[in-house]
Amino acid sequence: MAMNGKGTLLDASTLPVKEFDGIIVGGGGSGMMASLQLAKSGMNTAVVSKVFPTRSHTVSAQGGITCSIQSADPDDDWRWHMFDTVKGSDFIGDQDSIEYMCKEGPEAIFELENMGLPFSRTEEGKIYQRAFGGQSKDYGKGGQAERTCAAADRTGHALLHTLFQANVKAGTNFLSEWFAVDLVKNQSEQVVGVIAFEIESGEPYFLKSKATVLATGGAGRIYQTTSNALINTGDGTGMALRAGFPVQDMEMWQFHPTGIHGHGTLVTEGCRGEGGYLVNKDGERFMERYAPNYKDLASRDVVARSMFTEILEGRGCGPDADHVYLKLDHLGPEIVHKRLPGVTELSKRFAHVDPAEHPIPVVPTCHYAMGGIPTNVHGQVISQNSDGTDKIIDGLYAAGEAACVSVHGGNRLGGNSLLDLIVFGRSAGLHIEESFKSGIKMDNPSPDDVDYALRNLNRVNISQSGENFVEVKKDLQKTMQMNFGVFRTEELMENGIKEVSNLRDKSQNIHLADKSSQFNTARVEALELLNLIEVAEATAISANERKESRGAHSREDYPDRDDENWLKHSIYFSDTKQVSKREVNFRPKQVQAFQPIVRTY
Amino acid sequence: MNAISASEIKTLRLSIYRYDPLKEEKPYMQDFDIDIPAEKDLMVLDVLMLAKEQDPSISFRRSCREGVCGSDGLNINGKNGLGCITPLSDAVKSNKLSIRPLPGLPVIKDLIVDMKQFVDQYKKVKPYLITDKKVDTRKAIPQTIEEREKLDGLYECIMCGCCSTACPSFWWNPDKFLGPAALLQAYRFIADSRDTATEERLEQLEDAFSVFRCHGIMNCVSVCPKGLNPTKAIGEIKKMLVKRAL
Repeated sequence: MAMNGKGTLLDASTLPVKEFDGIIVGGGGSGMMASLQLAKSGMNTAVVSKVFPTRSHTVSAQGGITCSIQSADPDDDWRWHMFDTVKGSDFIGDQDSIEYMCKEGPEAIFELENMGLPFSRTEEGKIYQRAFGGQSKDYGKGGQAERTCAAADRTGHALLHTLFQANVKAGTNFLSEWFAVDLVKNQSEQVVGVIAFEIESGEPYFLKSKATVLATGGAGRIYQTTSNALINTGDGTGMALRAGFPVQDMEMWQFHPTGIHGHGTLVTEGCRGEGGYLVNKDGERFMERYAPNYKDLASRDVVARSMFTEILEGRGCGPDADHVYLKLDHLGPEIVHKRLPGVTELSKRFAHVDPAEHPIPVVPTCHYAMGGIPTNVHGQVISQNSDGTDKIIDGLYAAGEAACVSVHGGNRLGGNSLLDLIVFGRSAGLHIEESFKSGIKMDNPSPDDVDYALRNLNRVNISQSGENFVEVKKDLQKTMQMNFGVFRTEELMENGIKEVSNLRDKSQNIHLADKSSQFNTARVEALELLNLIEVAEATAISANERKESRGAHSREDYPDRDDENWLKHSIYFSDTKQVSKREVNFRPKQVQAFQPIVRTY
Repeated sequence: MNAISASEIKTLRLSIYRYDPLKEEKPYMQDFDIDIPAEKDLMVLDVLMLAKEQDPSISFRRSCREGVCGSDGLNINGKNGLGCITPLSDAVKSNKLSIRPLPGLPVIKDLIVDMKQFVDQYKKVKPYLITDKKVDTRKAIPQTIEEREKLDGLYECIMCGCCSTACPSFWWNPDKFLGPAALLQAYRFIADSRDTATEERLEQLEDAFSVFRCHGIMNCVSVCPKGLNPTKAIGEIKKMLVKRAL
């Protein structure tokens, strides 16, 4: 029953069903960590990925994975890592989650190494660790730490391929190049699978499952300039919002300081970890003024804002004074080419400079969503009861960048995203495995439940006229870039919210001209737009609602952090477009909670 | 070095291989005129995306657009490469750019090939660490800097398929000859000081086809977008196999 271009409506009565114990949507780091766990347990699982797994965006991570494995420093302590992460989050990271990640991290790193991940090495034959931003010893009192485990500057590639290989070994079932469209929810608010189609044939299916993990990664493509892959369209986030589940802290978008000017592609923070630094047009190492202690290794939100301030005050480089320089040439070709071979390649390719000889022109670029689908440490998705208390959604999990567990709060530290992926991908897998052992009962969805989840696919498939989705996407990216960038004001954001709302209306009326079934990428792009719109609107409304400056969310009209009112998560529902608040967790199990302090670097 | 400097290109004549096996009997080339901003040196992927704006029905894979995910292996003016990191200044000849799918694999649609054969060969070499030593899972398996350096030039493969689909030996025997990508991967694990399955791996490679169909043509080396050298890795495997046979 292919989508044959004649505008036939799909419905539950004829839709083929494939049944699994668990499905994982997304084949990046967190998805493949979860699938590995499930494959080993012998469960009937499938990874549903719109690209072949090694094409996932985890592959682009460069600098490393931060974890207190005591290689560079035998006295390093996961509690120091925890402190840095809490401080980095500007105190709205959940401390139970951060504690879990920092404490469980080393075991996960060694598991990956044992799987074959080709980490760089120290003289003693241990895993090499480098300095990254916002890292300290002794709870911020002992100076810069070196805590980021690295495979040269290709850590994400090494990690993703190692995980793919481990999954090949474990016999994981991949539904590779399948696109998941929407969640199927039964009348008891349980998630019982997804509607998806095989991209090659266009054949749609109901993938029925007792546990569904959304591991769909980021959505940086809501912005015009981003480090993110073209596939980062927030698909799981859009699916969750459309199914009536909330997202958390969506106003918190990280702009990475060192995007290559004019392209958006990143060069790693590891450049500065290896001794590189930023200069303005006068050749001044300006970070010394903004962060006298950590300088270029202050946390990313601080560095990005400082760079924009330099540019706005007329000290930018180049004919348009619209970027600054990242200097590495003083390190010499030996260090630059050996430790940063990928950066060398990217700089030559996209900036036409060899970083061992010339500085790289850089400008902050949208990089990472700290917000996402709220979960607990087991990856279980959380919604909110009307009285504001948490409600666990049966059958639905989220992990990685799509999720908000929340270990990053208002600002993520470099190297913590890969750690987040593997720790919480694994914990979701573990929880599903345990739940299965104790027995999961789910109600069958009604035909109406399935039909409801088919509505978007049907709408796109039968569209006879309407908006050009490529144009709507471009307008959306421009709107987000203009109105929800590094510095925000109410005026800009209210204007942006109106524009996004108009674009949402347009997105409800998009036209897919090519209805062919065979590897129709236009159909995929049309459906991706619906997800981008959901993420963008959640970002826009949440950003305007948070009336303070914290972490990556910096408002000129509310320049200060407001702990009295906003030491909270924001929670946003798409159907009501309302933002509510959720308590931040200050109850770690083994240490005293870290209380908010003034955040300086 | 460059065939043509970026500033000379204004309107590019782009020719794209089109084929939908469900609708068309034969593939054909479709021409587009693409306006290129004079001062910009776009990548091949950029112009493909511009063409797709003119005709949304063109299908091609893409993801990272920075040369690390391996999605957009293409045959660009006759040479395999990644669309996203091949600048027009390198690829365009006489203001013409012709883009075809990677050769030798079945075409699913337009520029999208069926990678199954390629991935199957990859899986055959057991592309994962095997170790019979009891591993203490509470720490890393020790490896010296020198031992780790042996993996440089091997582990960076992005599985784009440019090499294997440029290899005449792979075209002739795609089911029996493993191809440069899979063999590079095989050697990546043979060369890993932590792997203890060298003997098992070599035994599996010892027939007349798996490795020995490589005749050192070195197309793989000339097209690898990551600058890797599969021929060298294959040479190392051959040496080990010969030594083992003596």
